[in-house]
Amino acid sequence: MSLSVRELWTAVHGMFLGATFLLAFAGGLAGLYSLRPKWLTPEGIRERVVRLRWGTTIMALAAWLTVITGTYIVYPWYRAKAPAGADLSLYPRSFLKADPSLAAWHTFGMEWKEHIAWFAPMLATVVAYVAWKYGARLAEDDQLRRMMIVIFILAFATAAIAGLLGALITKVAPVL
Amino acid sequence: MTTETQHEPKLPVSGPAAAAMIAAGIGALVIGILTTGAVIIEGLKAALNFWPPAGSLTGKTLIGVILWLISWAALNASWKDKDYDLRKAFLITLVLLGLGVILTFPPVFEAFE
Repeated sequence: MSLSVRELWTAVHGMFLGATFLLAFAGGLAGLYSLRPKWLTPEGIRERVVRLRWGTTIMALAAWLTVITGTYIVYPWYRAKAPAGADLSLYPRSFLKADPSLAAWHTFGMEWKEHIAWFAPMLATVVAYVAWKYGARLAEDDQLRRMMIVIFILAFATAAIAGLLGALITKVAPVL
Repeated sequence: MTTETQHEPKLPVSGPAAAAMIAAGIGALVIGILTTGAVIIEGLKAALNFWPPAGSLTGKTLIGVILWLISWAALNASWKDKDYDLRKAFLITLVLLGLGVILTFPPVFEAFE
């Protein structure tokens, strides 16, 4: 079994960085949800805040690295123009657009994925910033904590849309 | 037994949180406007092609991120010592983000092709 450089970068982009963000979401959400003075001792809140700060920071970094590697490393391989007579399976965008039954994977799937993916790191950064800025005091401000939960869910949702579409497109037309 | 965090009784001002939220919404809206704009205005699509291997996506997202950071810095500078209505900031953020999602949704921008 071997991976080409392109397959390796695709895996780093989607399966390592992207999946790190998506898998860490449940932990981050639980941390935000349970950050309440009634449920935790002051010491418990301090411990949770440390985890929340670093957890959301790592998630934001993972989200940034996912979109940067996706846009500047993997996407150019995906959208490279196929020369006349070339094997289209080596040029995913051309391969998809050449077949009307597959074209929507590009015109809808990739077109939405490549743009909406960039919302996730900005939203995740908001949550990480607020965790660092407000710290344990976030536990006392129920309104702000709930808002951060919604923004965190929206970051996950935009990343999940991009991740799901990316996985499905890769299944149909992998970057080889 | 109550477990109030009495060691940190006073909340900091809400301005910085409001600035961070609204700026993210602005970043999303800018990416949305440029995505639909690049379909409507052919010259804009070419102008956003900062790096040909990745096409106009580079310009849309780079400008979106730069304006996100600039708007965050500006709003934070204005509100760093002030309270801002968080509910209002949150609603503004959701509206901006919603518009950003709509303008990056292919059936929407394809309607202008």
